[in-house]
Amino acid sequence: MALSDKDRIFTNLYGLHPWNLKDARRRGSWDGTAGIIAKGRDWIIEEMKQSGLRGRGGAGFPTGMKWSFMPKSNPDGRPSYLVVNGDESEPGTCKDRDIIRNDPHLLIEGCLYAGVGMGAHAGYIYVRGEYYNEIQVLQAAIDECYEAGLLGKNAAGSGWDFDLYVHRGAGAYICGEETALIESLEGKKGMPRLKPPFPAAVGLYGCPTTVNNVETIAVVPAILKRGASWFSSFGRPKNVGTKIFCIQGHVNKPCNVEAEMSIPMRELIDRYAGGVRGGWDNLLAVIPGGSSTPLLPKHICDDVLMDFDALREHKSGLGTAGVIVMDKSTDIIKAIARLAHFYKHESCGQCTPCREGMGWQKRLMDRMVEGRAELAEIDVLESVTRQIEGHTICALADGGVWPVQGLIRHFRPLMEERIRDYHARKHGGAMPLAAE
Amino acid sequence: MSAPHSHSHPAHTHEEPASFAFDAESEAQIARILARYPEGKQASGVIPLLYVAQKQMGRLTGSAWTPRIAMDTIAERLGMAPIRVYEVATFYFMFNTKPIGRFHLQVCGTTPCWLRGSDEVLRACKEHGHLKGYGDTSEDGLFTMTEVECLGGCVNAPILQVDDDYYEDMDYETTVTLLEALKRGERPTPGSMKGRQGSAPIGGPETVLDIPMVDAGKE
Repeated sequence: MALSDKDRIFTNLYGLHPWNLKDARRRGSWDGTAGIIAKGRDWIIEEMKQSGLRGRGGAGFPTGMKWSFMPKSNPDGRPSYLVVNGDESEPGTCKDRDIIRNDPHLLIEGCLYAGVGMGAHAGYIYVRGEYYNEIQVLQAAIDECYEAGLLGKNAAGSGWDFDLYVHRGAGAYICGEETALIESLEGKKGMPRLKPPFPAAVGLYGCPTTVNNVETIAVVPAILKRGASWFSSFGRPKNVGTKIFCIQGHVNKPCNVEAEMSIPMRELIDRYAGGVRGGWDNLLAVIPGGSSTPLLPKHICDDVLMDFDALREHKSGLGTAGVIVMDKSTDIIKAIARLAHFYKHESCGQCTPCREGMGWQKRLMDRMVEGRAELAEIDVLESVTRQIEGHTICALADGGVWPVQGLIRHFRPLMEERIRDYHARKHGGAMPLAAE
Repeated sequence: MSAPHSHSHPAHTHEEPASFAFDAESEAQIARILARYPEGKQASGVIPLLYVAQKQMGRLTGSAWTPRIAMDTIAERLGMAPIRVYEVATFYFMFNTKPIGRFHLQVCGTTPCWLRGSDEVLRACKEHGHLKGYGDTSEDGLFTMTEVECLGGCVNAPILQVDDDYYEDMDYETTVTLLEALKRGERPTPGSMKGRQGSAPIGGPETVLDIPMVDAGKE
């Protein structure tokens, strides 16, 4: 049964109503805030744990548990910080943008609860620089909250002091990695830190910090108000809740939509995005959760469920739930090569396997698009991606090689055909080698 | 005048201004920005101040870029070594370290936009913006075109960002129309060029139409 509007959290996803405080209150924001905070930090964390919410930024780590890692007291005088990750840059992902511009009060109210839950009196929302207009809305919404006494001293009459600030990034995918984001917020290049120490011990300005995605924080008010069991009633065990899906590419009606977790991919595309262009049988493959998640060919898409575990069983992932649909007209080698270009462009250059590997991979993928390669180079490519994976400080390089691994896993015959065609056209001329 | 510290490749030489000072409008913004960060952590303001400088250049000269001397001014203001500001200004992609045209055409070419026809947006920009390719500035100084990576508006692909604004659901014709309007000094309303409501499907939203509302009198 499809999710009904009464169970949707993002009631202004499309901006049909004003984003401002007055109208957000009519949609239920800032209702009973002091009462919820009065239930205490432990209650908030327990409720978040019980809800089963897993982080919506891509990794899917349990949110309540993450909050519980924050120190219960600060004997050395270091403050704790909430940092919200609105760097949204994973190709295929455009959900946080809608939250920030259309439902900013869900996010701001969520920040206050998160602040209480992790013992933070200050929070920073880091938003990607390109979202200039969205940031103007978010800042105006925060200003409204200060004027209304919902932020600042004794926020919302709760007795908890909480300040919230917006920080604008400047166009670097790597800053979506939480420690790179912290570095960037401190005024440095966005280069990830070695872990441990983890941010909960040493984060922003050397203080205990938890970084959560925008969507993760924005669903917190609904969970605390409607109850953990309400949230966990959607989806399959360990994959619960509702989720914003960004359905795009070769569908008849691309859109963002909030649906229940574990919805079948085909139902998601057919029900909400008008189906695949030319019909379901015209489907070639889907990248299910943003660019880093390996593509799935049609026969898997036929019945796969959209959740963390189901997609992992097929060696892919839910990621950010950016669903990139490609029909049979797609040059899928080129589609993945363009992603290889993206990761080369976005590598911060700190770790050698990534700095060198992303460029090498892009160059070889560009040759694969033409077929200007040897058949054996497909194995070389696969092998090199395995040597890059897991050998860097952060997961950018992992996310950079997974799309290529997915292509080889499911479309090797196509890659071979492309190479054979090229050779046939060139009458078997001398081929460049992988070391190019 | 030539660049006082120019180490750049001759092909990239350009005139660096001899002086830079924040104007009153910028100073007001800076005061608000620096209030966000704890005492002693004002280096956090480096990206925001680079934006302030770039915006001021756009306002005063018609070219939104960040000259070296503005970086030096920021370094002094924030108590940072100039090199720390230079490395931030060059690490991130949104700071233009040389002059650009009046309008910055930022074409997203990442896979989600490419699947929906970004090549046609690129072709329209080249033909009607009189641009040879990415990185080029038109001879009349009106347009600079940059290829950008995923802009995060993928369900409204393809996207052409002009300065701070997203123009969405583009194709060849709407790109031409937009460029011609910019040439006439007009600024068409950003958003979907197909009349979509934000990220809702074409034809209108099919969800969140029946949401519970609290009584308007209760606040």
